[in-house]
Amino acid sequence: MSRRPGPRHLTAARLAPRRLSLADTLRVGSVGLRTRPARVLLSALGIAIGIAAMVAVVAVSASSQAAFNAQLASVGTNMLTVTPGRDFTGEPAPLPRNAAEMVRHIAPVENAAATGSLKDAKVYRNDHIPKAASRGIGVLAAGLGLPRTVGLHMAAGAWLNGAQGRYPAVVLGTTAAENLGITTPGAQIWLGERWFTVTGILKKAPLAPELDSAALIGWDAAKTYLGFDGRPTMIYTRTADSKVDQVRGVLAATVNPEAPNEVTVSRPSDALTAKQAANQAFTSLLVGIGAIALLVGGVGVANTMVIAVLERRGEIGLRRALGATRGQIRTQFLTESVMLSALGGIGGAALGAGASAGYALSQNWQVVVPPWALGVGVGATMAIGALAGLWPAVRAARLAPRAALSGP
Amino acid sequence: MTPAPAGAAPTGPAPTEPALVELEDVDHVYPGGVRVLHQVSFRVDRGELLAVVGPSGSGKSTLLNLIGTLDVATSGTVRIDGHDIAGLTENRLSALRARSIGFVFQQFFLADGVSALDNVADGLLYLGIPRKERRARAARVLRRVGLGHRLDHRPHELSGGEKQRVAIARAVVGDPPLLLADEPTGALDTTSGASVVELLRELNAAGTTVLVITHDQELAAALPRRIRVRDGRITEGVPR
Ligand SMILES: Nc1ncnc2c1ncn2[C@@H]1O[C@H](COP(=O)(O)OP(=O)(O)OP(=O)(O)O)[C@@H](O)[C@H]1O
Ligand SMILES: [Mg+2]
Repeated sequence: MSRRPGPRHLTAARLAPRRLSLADTLRVGSVGLRTRPARVLLSALGIAIGIAAMVAVVAVSASSQAAFNAQLASVGTNMLTVTPGRDFTGEPAPLPRNAAEMVRHIAPVENAAATGSLKDAKVYRNDHIPKAASRGIGVLAAGLGLPRTVGLHMAAGAWLNGAQGRYPAVVLGTTAAENLGITTPGAQIWLGERWFTVTGILKKAPLAPELDSAALIGWDAAKTYLGFDGRPTMIYTRTADSKVDQVRGVLAATVNPEAPNEVTVSRPSDALTAKQAANQAFTSLLVGIGAIALLVGGVGVANTMVIAVLERRGEIGLRRALGATRGQIRTQFLTESVMLSALGGIGGAALGAGASAGYALSQNWQVVVPPWALGVGVGATMAIGALAGLWPAVRAARLAPRAALSGP
Repeated sequence: MTPAPAGAAPTGPAPTEPALVELEDVDHVYPGGVRVLHQVSFRVDRGELLAVVGPSGSGKSTLLNLIGTLDVATSGTVRIDGHDIAGLTENRLSALRARSIGFVFQQFFLADGVSALDNVADGLLYLGIPRKERRARAARVLRRVGLGHRLDHRPHELSGGEKQRVAIARAVVGDPPLLLADEPTGALDTTSGASVVELLRELNAAGTTVLVITHDQELAAALPRRIRVRDGRITEGVPR
């Protein structure tokens, strides 16, 4: 083959292709989308499902975290509890009778209250229910300062006052009240072989779930009517926020100077946080499933683009004849692919945000849709669109104009 | 129909001017070894209107594709508007097609679902002309080809003859000096075909150089010049 270069025409340098404006690039890139709406909708749907799943998972998790943080802020993280541990022989090591008193003497401790478990006392709705049918409600002797320390709120009625603490009066935890079928104060229940009057019902206690299923009676009443030995089985303390760790270090030794290792100290908010973290761990699994859906959607877009290039050889040839460069053809199909994918991305993000908002509202949570999730979602779809469209676009650009025009 | 607008290509060759189309010893072999063109040489001056005729498979479309720079000759020289196309990069070829050459095909190649106006306006897209001006010029050309009342019609709402006139409008909207038409009447009935030929004549009268492939003997005979292709050789109408 011989191809003589020949003398260059003087105006050859002026033969530079013109660039398309951004608006024209977008307009040309959307030609294929506008002319085949059904196909576009279906391919975009594949992407939309993936993005919707991911955005929804992230937003639901963020809303749940926000709700949790709000709850934690309202109950506080500065509560510590002390419970009996075991001695070196493995026997339970009871706390001293004046343990709460000693804790209160630690300087940064703001307040402390104790409960004492009455293992043998059973609670019944009335006196003719068979003994076996107790409802799993624990009876606790409670110090009068318990609500302030733990942060208890009344759902109905009132907490024990000084006089009631000496008489057969009882406050029920929320589950305990539910199990007994009691909704209003004033009712009588059969507790430890005698009648007690319900003075109040507690709200749920997130930091002290053990109180939810308890029947709480006064310290003195417990001694008088149920033979309580006066030994606390749990001490609740509140400390200045900045001193929690310091107090935690000295609590055991304060309560039991001879055998501090026989005392268990814990921080209930840590348990809540751990539980929330376990719930959130599930999130990454769900996001992973969404990512797989997104990938499948990307394959759908690639497929659509391959078909588009095959079907539109004539259009490609015509555009080359009208003066489109290879680069402009490549850009056209890449733009189309990115737009197709972004369409799915935007639709999916809206769908996911809507679904998660609905869920959050149904849970009485504040709706939190992290903007970064929407941004990352739409950005990811555009990247997927570019990736999916790359090969078809390169193929379209490589088509020789004559071959494209002469049909498949 | 009105005659040429101002600013059309000049009519008639000036003595010193290079030919608009010049082929020298052009051979073309398709991949697979089919030798389609043998030592083809001829020139077309500005302002000419000529028919390319010949039996099916003789190489007419191949010739037109080489002139239109849609394909590159295996050997020999093809010079268009003064440019030796073998010496041009892909991008410069694209620019040359955008500025100097208008194409009309038997199959129209109109975009479905796009109005006649926008189909024609696309003829200016790769010249980097803003959309508003593209559409204004497209409307003007459509009126000139007698389709002023069909601007908003989509291809499926047009007759075959109207479609081909839209395609011709798209080919000339950028005012290229050279118009190449490969069997523009091939898919049309006699009447529509005649109106398309009439349009090509008018464009030529307004200064555009027109090369038209046709199987229609009568049509070819009526044109000022004919090139006959047979078995890849030019057998008639060789240099004037
Ligand atoms: N891409 C190709 N690869 C191989 N051979 C080809 C190719 N295109 C055309 N040919 C062959 O080249 C020859 C000339 O084809 P061309 O299309 O130029 O003929 P034509 O004169 O335009 O015919 P028609 O009047 O039927 O359109 C034919 O024999 C054809 O089979
Ligand atoms: Mg042909």
